[in-house]
Amino acid sequence: MPYIPHTPADQQAMLEAIGVSAVADLFQDVPASHRFPELHLPPAASELEILDELYGLALKNSSTGCYATFLGAGAYNHFVPSVIPYLASRGEFVTAYTPYQPEVSQGTLQAIFEYQTMIAGLTGMDVVNASHYDGATAMAEAAIMAVNVARRQRTKILISPSVHPQYRQTLRTYLSAGQAAVAGDENLRSTLADLTGMLDGDAACLIVQNPNFFGELMDVAGLADAVHAAGALLVVVANPIISLGMLKPPGDYGADIVVAEGQPLGLGLNLGGPYLGVFAAREAYVRKMPGRLVGETTDTQGRRAFVLTLTPREQHIRREKATSNICTNQGLMALMAGMYLATMGRQGLRAVAGLCYHRAHYAAAEIDKLKGYRVVSRAPFFNEFAVQCPRPVADVNHALREKNIMGGYDLQADYPHATNQMLVCVTEMNPRAQIDRLVAGLASA
Amino acid sequence: MNLDTKARYSESHEWVRKEGSVIVCGISDHAQQELSDVVYVELPEVGRRLARGEVFGVVESVKAASDLYMPMGGEITAANEKLPSSPEWVNQEPYGQGWMIKFKPADPAEWDSLMSAEDYERSVSGA
Repeated sequence: MPYIPHTPADQQAMLEAIGVSAVADLFQDVPASHRFPELHLPPAASELEILDELYGLALKNSSTGCYATFLGAGAYNHFVPSVIPYLASRGEFVTAYTPYQPEVSQGTLQAIFEYQTMIAGLTGMDVVNASHYDGATAMAEAAIMAVNVARRQRTKILISPSVHPQYRQTLRTYLSAGQAAVAGDENLRSTLADLTGMLDGDAACLIVQNPNFFGELMDVAGLADAVHAAGALLVVVANPIISLGMLKPPGDYGADIVVAEGQPLGLGLNLGGPYLGVFAAREAYVRKMPGRLVGETTDTQGRRAFVLTLTPREQHIRREKATSNICTNQGLMALMAGMYLATMGRQGLRAVAGLCYHRAHYAAAEIDKLKGYRVVSRAPFFNEFAVQCPRPVADVNHALREKNIMGGYDLQADYPHATNQMLVCVTEMNPRAQIDRLVAGLASA
Repeated sequence: MNLDTKARYSESHEWVRKEGSVIVCGISDHAQQELSDVVYVELPEVGRRLARGEVFGVVESVKAASDLYMPMGGEITAANEKLPSSPEWVNQEPYGQGWMIKFKPADPAEWDSLMSAEDYERSVSGA
């Protein structure tokens, strides 16, 4: 029996209130021929037959295991130690919902607390929330938070054009109701100096990505001072987050809010999702911070315990005045990121970052020697760099795919002036032999 | 419920009191009792001009978070700087050191439309 709480009389009253006579009238925008179409489904098949068909379909897919992969641009192919999927798939972690009841959720709460603590160390920030959907939404939430820190008296978000193009799109979608205006990336060649020149009394924050979308390290010396002098906040997108294994944490150069995509921390590529939005801030702004926050306390018997804290920021208490109305966190993904950081430790993370850096620099040096190719990036870079190709990137990538190599990201789609430029990404998953194959593949592409 | 008989009251439970040419403002004893332990107060910066009914700050307790509304329009001349680090004063002395802001009224006549202590007491007791 379906559970429908409304009686026929209730339904009639609702229909009358909106001025239609029958439920079917609500669907009149759907052409009649599409409302109950003949589906022409084949007869029911057995489980064995279905599995056979699905395996056949699955074989048409490719995965990173079949290719030497040099594609990054926001999603990164890193090693996932087997301990992570093993532990994360334990039954105790299966429920993903918010741990409102601390008396039955100590394990989940402790895991989130440890995730927050490790991310705080990695970013050099004071407080970290329990996570957002992904790096792009975390960045958009940071912009809204900056407007709220300025008590909505400042409504301009300055963003560098070297922030991930999809993140910039997400920001505009978030702000499409007009809460704030986005500026700074109208000119895709704007430099940091151009952006700091745009700081004024209306600017709530300046958002930069470091390393930027092209993999280059930004010259952040003095940046925070310039931003703060204008009364704005500095938001840093710390992508790829693995870079923090060897780079200075953004907290050290004056960031007020740090966001990142947490996918590289043990999550795998997951066909594009679920991912993990990392969000960290200075303690002074904690009450303007969106998302859930787990804190450490003691129970009635003085034992260490964990609870959700500072919840008046959230919508179940403040409704429309909440700091954010997206309060779901990526609990399971944050758990896995926490496990990854705990597994790798300080030395392990540093080693991964070092492998990415050195292998990328080897690849860049070799590619730069090729006739017709040139490394465009002039600034120091982490594990991604732009390469000028002799032909359209799509053609080069097509030739590489024939050799089981997944080439880099075509920059021209987002940056029209980057004609025939490919963003190459190298991680610890690309041993020297793979890089040599890429170089040979490019030479003959 | 304690009342300051020299003060006037708004329907949203703020009190105002004249102090020379400026107005002092806080929340009533009834409001602090309803909120229970106050843990955080956010106040506006000096110099801001706010209209009557506009939000001038936020008070947060262990139970709830509420906006604070200007009982009269005016320009903020002072905010109780010690309050954010001692929010318990709102509970202990809502009419004393738990004061929140001082402002220069834009229209002093707005005072007359606010409730007297007697009227306020009647309104919150539901009589």
